[in-house]
Amino acid sequence: MNLKIAYNIAQTHLLTKKKQTMVAMLGVTFGIAMFIVMISFMQGVNQFLEDSALDASPHVRIYKQITSDRPSIIQTINPDGFNVVHHQKPKQELARIKNGLVIARHIEQQPEVLGVSPQVSTQVFFNVGSVPVPGTLAGVDVQREEKLYRLSKRMKSGTIEDLQSNSNGVILGRLLARKLNLKVGDKVNVTSSTGGTALLRVVGVFSFGIQTVDDARGYVNQAKVQELIQKDANYITDLHIKMKDPMQAIPFGQQLARQYDYKVEDWATANQAILAGEKIRGVMTFVVSFTLLVVAGFGIYNIMNMNVMNKIKDIAILKATGFGGKDVIAIFMIQSIIIGFLGAVLGVMIGFSLSYLLSITPFNAGDFLAIDTFPVKFDLKYYVMGVLFGVITTLLAGYFPSKRAAKIDPVEILRG
Amino acid sequence: MNSQRTAVLKATHINKYFTEPVRFQVLKDISFEVQKGEFLSIIGKSGCGKSTLLYILSTMDTSYEGTLEVNGQPLTGRSQDQLAAFRNEHLGFVFQFHFLLPEFSVLQNVMLPGLKLGKFPAREVEERAYQKLRLVDMHEHALKPSSKLSGGQQQRVAIARALINEPTIIMGDEPTGNLDKANSEMVFDIFREISRTNGQTIITVTHDPDFAAGGDRIMEMSDGKIISHGYEAKI
Ligand SMILES: Nc1ncnc2c1ncn2[C@@H]1O[C@H](COP(=O)(O)OP(=O)(O)OP(=O)(O)O)[C@@H](O)[C@H]1O
Ligand SMILES: [Mg+2]
Repeated sequence: MNLKIAYNIAQTHLLTKKKQTMVAMLGVTFGIAMFIVMISFMQGVNQFLEDSALDASPHVRIYKQITSDRPSIIQTINPDGFNVVHHQKPKQELARIKNGLVIARHIEQQPEVLGVSPQVSTQVFFNVGSVPVPGTLAGVDVQREEKLYRLSKRMKSGTIEDLQSNSNGVILGRLLARKLNLKVGDKVNVTSSTGGTALLRVVGVFSFGIQTVDDARGYVNQAKVQELIQKDANYITDLHIKMKDPMQAIPFGQQLARQYDYKVEDWATANQAILAGEKIRGVMTFVVSFTLLVVAGFGIYNIMNMNVMNKIKDIAILKATGFGGKDVIAIFMIQSIIIGFLGAVLGVMIGFSLSYLLSITPFNAGDFLAIDTFPVKFDLKYYVMGVLFGVITTLLAGYFPSKRAAKIDPVEILRG
Repeated sequence: MNSQRTAVLKATHINKYFTEPVRFQVLKDISFEVQKGEFLSIIGKSGCGKSTLLYILSTMDTSYEGTLEVNGQPLTGRSQDQLAAFRNEHLGFVFQFHFLLPEFSVLQNVMLPGLKLGKFPAREVEERAYQKLRLVDMHEHALKPSSKLSGGQQQRVAIARALINEPTIIMGDEPTGNLDKANSEMVFDIFREISRTNGQTIITVTHDPDFAAGGDRIMEMSDGKIISHGYEAKI
C-alpha cells in the first residue's frame, strides 16, 4: 500500500535529521511529563485533603440550628402591613434533637448507612492554672464513634477502652493536650458555658491530622457531658452519619431533611472550601498543562515547517514522479505522529519517574496536616490523557505544514 | 516507414500566459502530434518557451488554454491527484539538473515510482530497478547514497528512474545539458535504444545539435510558436 512507502520515506527523513527529530520529540516529552507530574500532584493534594476532611467529619450531620431568622410575630399576624422589628433575639430554645436516640436507631437501619453516632457536644473551658482554654467536649458512645471514625487507629497514647471503663475519662486532641501541657493520667478541670464544672482524667490523646480538630476537641462519655450541662440521658445535640458510599450522602441528606425538621448538612456543603480549592487547582492544572502542550505543539509546528521547506525539492520530485497530494500529506503526517508518539511515550516514562520521586520526597507540613511525603495520585487515566493530548497536539501541529507541502507546485521548483 | 502511425500525444491550440511581472503570452497556439515510438527533439532559442511547453506536456503545469491528450486520454481539466497517478504510470521525466532524492540510495530512488504504482510486489520492483540500472550501467552503484554520485552518474540514475514503470513517453528537459561529450553520447544511446526496441516515445528539449540530429524528428520553436514541425526536413 501507499502508506508503506510514505512510512519509509518519513522514516528516512527522520533518521537523516536525527538532531531535529530529537528536539521536536523532547518538546513533546517535556510537555507531557510536566502535565503528568502536575496533574498527579494536584489530584494527590485534592484526594488527600478530601480524604482527611471526610475521615474526620461525618458524611451527614443532623443538628438543631438555633437562628434568629424566623418571622416576627407581628409579621405572621399582619403579613401585608409595614412592620419594623429591630434586632430580634433568638427564641429561648434547646439545641436538642428530640428523640435523638430513636432517630439514630431508625437511620442506622437504612441499608446505605454505615453507622450513626449520636453526640452531645458543648463548648467548654479547660482550666490550666488561671488561664481558661476554650475547646469542645463531644459526648459520645465510644463504640459507635469507633465505627464511624476508627478512633482507635488515631490514638497517640492510651486506648478507647480506657474511656469506656472510666466515666470521668477524656481523650484529648494532640495539639490541645500539648497546649494544656497534659499527659495520660493527668487531671483537668472543665467549665461549661452553663456554669457546670467537672474534673476529668486524661485517658488518651488522639490525632486526626487536622489542626482544627486536634486543637480543640475532647471526647468524653455521653453521660458525663449530659451531667456537666445538667441534661437528661436522652439529650442529644448531633447525629453523625457515615454512608457506605460518600457520594450517597447528598441525596440521603436531602431525604433526611424532608423527613425531620432539623438542619441536615452533608460533607460536600460542610467542606465547600476544600471543594472550591479542588476546582481552582483543577483549572490551574489544566491551564498550565495546556500551555505546555501548546508550546510543544508550536515547537513541532516550527520544526515541521522547516522540514517542509528543506524538503521542498524532494516534494517536487515526488510529485513529478507521480506522488499525489495525499501521499505528501501522509509522509509529513507520519513524521509528526512518530515524533508525537515517541515523545509521548518518553514523556509518560519521565512523568511517572518524577511523580514517583515526588511521592517519596519527605514533606513536613508541621501540625497542620498529618503527612510525611508529598501526596501524589497515580492514576492510569492521566497517563492515557497525556498520550492522547500529545498525539493530538502533534497531529494538529503537523497537519498545517503537511497541507502546505501538499500544495507545493513542482513546476516552480523544477524550473530552477 | 513507421508501420504504427498512432499518435500517443496530441496538443491542440495550446496558449499559455504568464502574469508576473507583466502579462505576456509565452506559448502561442501550439498544435502538434507525436507518434508512438518517435524520438522527437524540440529546439529553439533560449527563452522561446520550450521548458514551459514541456511542463504542460508532462501534466505538471495545468494553467493553460487548449487541450492535451496522451495515449488517447484527454488530460486537460483533470485533478492534480488524477494527473499525478497518470504521470506515475505513463510518463517518465528526466530533468536538466538530475534531481534525485539525496537521502535515499540509488536503488531506492529508482524504485520509489515503481512502489508508488504498486503494480508489482516490492521484490519484483527491486529486480526491475536493477535491470534499469544495468541499462544505464549504474548497477554497481545501486546501494550508494545518491548524493555521492557525479553529475553524469546522477543523470543516468534519473533515466533509470524515468524508465521504471515502462512509461509510454519519456520526456527530458536538456537531459545532457550538464554532461560532457562522452556522457551525452551515452544518454543519447540509451534513448535511441529504448525508442527503437521498446517502442517508447521520447520527447526532449535540447540545445545539442548532434543530439537533436540523431533523433527521428526536430521541432523548432521561436518566440512561443512552432516554426517548423520537422517533417519537411526529414523528407
Ligand atoms: N514563472 C515564470 N513567470 C514569468 N515568466 C516566466 C516564468 N518562467 C519562464 N518565464 C518566461 O517565459 C519564457 C519562456 O521560458 P522557458 O523557460 O520556457 O524558456 P526555454 O525555451 O526553456 O529557455 P532555455 O532554453 O533558456 O531553457 C521566458 O521569457 C521566461 O522569462
Ligand atoms: Mg528551458
